[in-house]
Amino acid sequence: MASITISNVSKTYPGAKAASVSDINLDIRDGEFIVLVGPSGCGKSTLLRMVAGLEEISGGEVSIGSRVVNQIDPADRDIAMVFQNYALYPHMSVRENMAYGLKNRRTPKPEIEARVAEAARMLELGPYLDRKPRALSGGQRQRVAMGRAVVRQPAAFLFDEPLSNLDAKLRVTMRGEIRRLQKRLGTTSLYVTHDQLEAMTLADRLVVLNGGRIEQVGAPLEIYHNPASTFVASFIGSPAMNLLDARIEGGRISLGSTQLDTSPVYGHSGPVTLGIRAEDLTPAAAGLPFRTDFVEELGAQRLVHGHVDGQPLVLTLDPAMPLHDEMRLSVAAARVHIFDTTSGKRLDLVRQTRQAAHQPA
Amino acid sequence: MSDLTHPVTSPAARPGRIRRWFTRPATAPSPAPSPAPAKRVQFDAPLLPWIFLAPQLVVIFVFFYWPSVQAVTSSFYIEDPFGFGATFVGIDNYRDALGSREYQRIAGFTALFTVLVTAFSLGLGLLFAVKADKVIRGRSAYRTALIAVYAIAPPVAGLMGMMLFDQHIGPFVTLAGWFGYEMKVGINYWDTASAMILISVWKQVPYNFIFFLSGLQGIPASVREAAVIDCRGGFTRFRTAILPLLAPTAFFLLIINITYALFDTFAVIDVMVKDKPANNPLTLVYKVYNDGFRGNDIGGSAAQSVILMVIVLVLTLIQFRWLERRVHYG
Repeated sequence: MASITISNVSKTYPGAKAASVSDINLDIRDGEFIVLVGPSGCGKSTLLRMVAGLEEISGGEVSIGSRVVNQIDPADRDIAMVFQNYALYPHMSVRENMAYGLKNRRTPKPEIEARVAEAARMLELGPYLDRKPRALSGGQRQRVAMGRAVVRQPAAFLFDEPLSNLDAKLRVTMRGEIRRLQKRLGTTSLYVTHDQLEAMTLADRLVVLNGGRIEQVGAPLEIYHNPASTFVASFIGSPAMNLLDARIEGGRISLGSTQLDTSPVYGHSGPVTLGIRAEDLTPAAAGLPFRTDFVEELGAQRLVHGHVDGQPLVLTLDPAMPLHDEMRLSVAAARVHIFDTTSGKRLDLVRQTRQAAHQPA
Repeated sequence: MSDLTHPVTSPAARPGRIRRWFTRPATAPSPAPSPAPAKRVQFDAPLLPWIFLAPQLVVIFVFFYWPSVQAVTSSFYIEDPFGFGATFVGIDNYRDALGSREYQRIAGFTALFTVLVTAFSLGLGLLFAVKADKVIRGRSAYRTALIAVYAIAPPVAGLMGMMLFDQHIGPFVTLAGWFGYEMKVGINYWDTASAMILISVWKQVPYNFIFFLSGLQGIPASVREAAVIDCRGGFTRFRTAILPLLAPTAFFLLIINITYALFDTFAVIDVMVKDKPANNPLTLVYKVYNDGFRGNDIGGSAAQSVILMVIVLVLTLIQFRWLERRVHYG
């Protein structure tokens, strides 16, 4: 078990003009579950692979525990990795797959056997120990890949999109299993995914990456309720946060011809981007004029797609509530996020009522 | 579709009847009118497929079955050198061949030659493939250079080999001279043998290289990476995690290389020993040619080639029986 420190780390591939990962700083505490999330090409896998030692570090330092590992062989970094396509050795049985890393580290035989047996028990792989990977299902293979990591008892687990090859239902089950296992072992974990739901449900802390840079770091709900930019706002949460073009004039927020019925905000005037979560909008007697386009039924709730002032908008409604083609919507002042239109960064404007929205998650 | 293109024939009966020409009785009893798979080509005339197959069948028959039958038949006869007649002698030809000291000596050399050529060409091919696989900059130029030798025809390779080992201009002879050894390829038995092995290996390495390289590239990158994390030592890692995945390729190449060493080295050997004094290493195939076409002993030569056929058959069977069990196909 160990902490991981990533300081000023960047990566430029040979021949590439721009850096794939630039200037990343991240402190991972011992036992923490960190999820790196972002769209494809954001550099999350590259960052993980640099920690693993599979990718050379162009600049900066990675330390695992108190040791700088930049120049240390992957096998000596005391990490175990779980790959997206499992990366099991096809010619070895499940047992041999799990024992391989230990055998190469000259672990005594009885100890290997004990650890493999323990991992097999934990992951319910007992009946399959003598099978070859090709005789296993996708979920079982993924469990073997986890078992291979677990038996090593490493300082850190590195997960590279381990669930993307599984079907949706299995993904949910395995997600729970990974979380349970990590809680139980208390091993520091770094987990890469492009699935924001996976990221939200697994992470102690989320790291949202975009274009090789960290966009925001924080606990899942903190990020959900306080996105630092329009990118994070639209990436985290499903459905994505509504982003609307609006203006602030004299402290009043106006959307097209409608003025939002909220307390005045100070410190900015001119065009802004408004962010409103679908669940924060409620039908009211007065407010934003909304025209319904179509409805998605999810069972527990329904997503109503439509537009306000020519801009698309989604809101979630209780299925019991009546639907109308035209509605008026209101939103609590504290639930309105304001972003700079050009930079996309969050504008934390002076507003007394904002405090309410900041309830610690 | 066939119904549309042939509206005149009765569409219901035809496809079913013709399908019976293609399918075995075991699968045929399924209800006939079931629609044929879209990809299968349907022929209207039952003879048409045979006409299409004919060239291939003729080639196989003329160049394979007929000579094989001829060889087996003539191995039981002693033929008049001028072709006037043949006498049935039973298994005498076999007894003569197997009993002869010369034949045994040549068989011994052939075994040694085959083992060395196979081992070195496989080993070097693998070594080059592993090294080339790691090259990132200039990889295609590097690979082309390694593969290029394969494009050289065997007699040309033999000729080039002869020049390299030539008594007057051969650089290898000069090289041996620096170490105080007077190399006499074509005169000294073992000098000729070494040159023969060297040239045969050199000719075969690119072939093995291509297959090993593609085999290596077929191994998923993530499996290699998992091995990098699991095993520190490069050689141990290669031996335990990569090599077993190359086993199917290696097994295939082993059979191909043994066949190569036994048969396809003929041209190399021919160029090297043809006009040389007698005491030179030969392989069994070359002896078949020598006895049959130079010594005009068709019967004896035929018996030898049948023996050779049996040897290859047995070797291949052994390989499939014993080795293939250990081969893991992904």
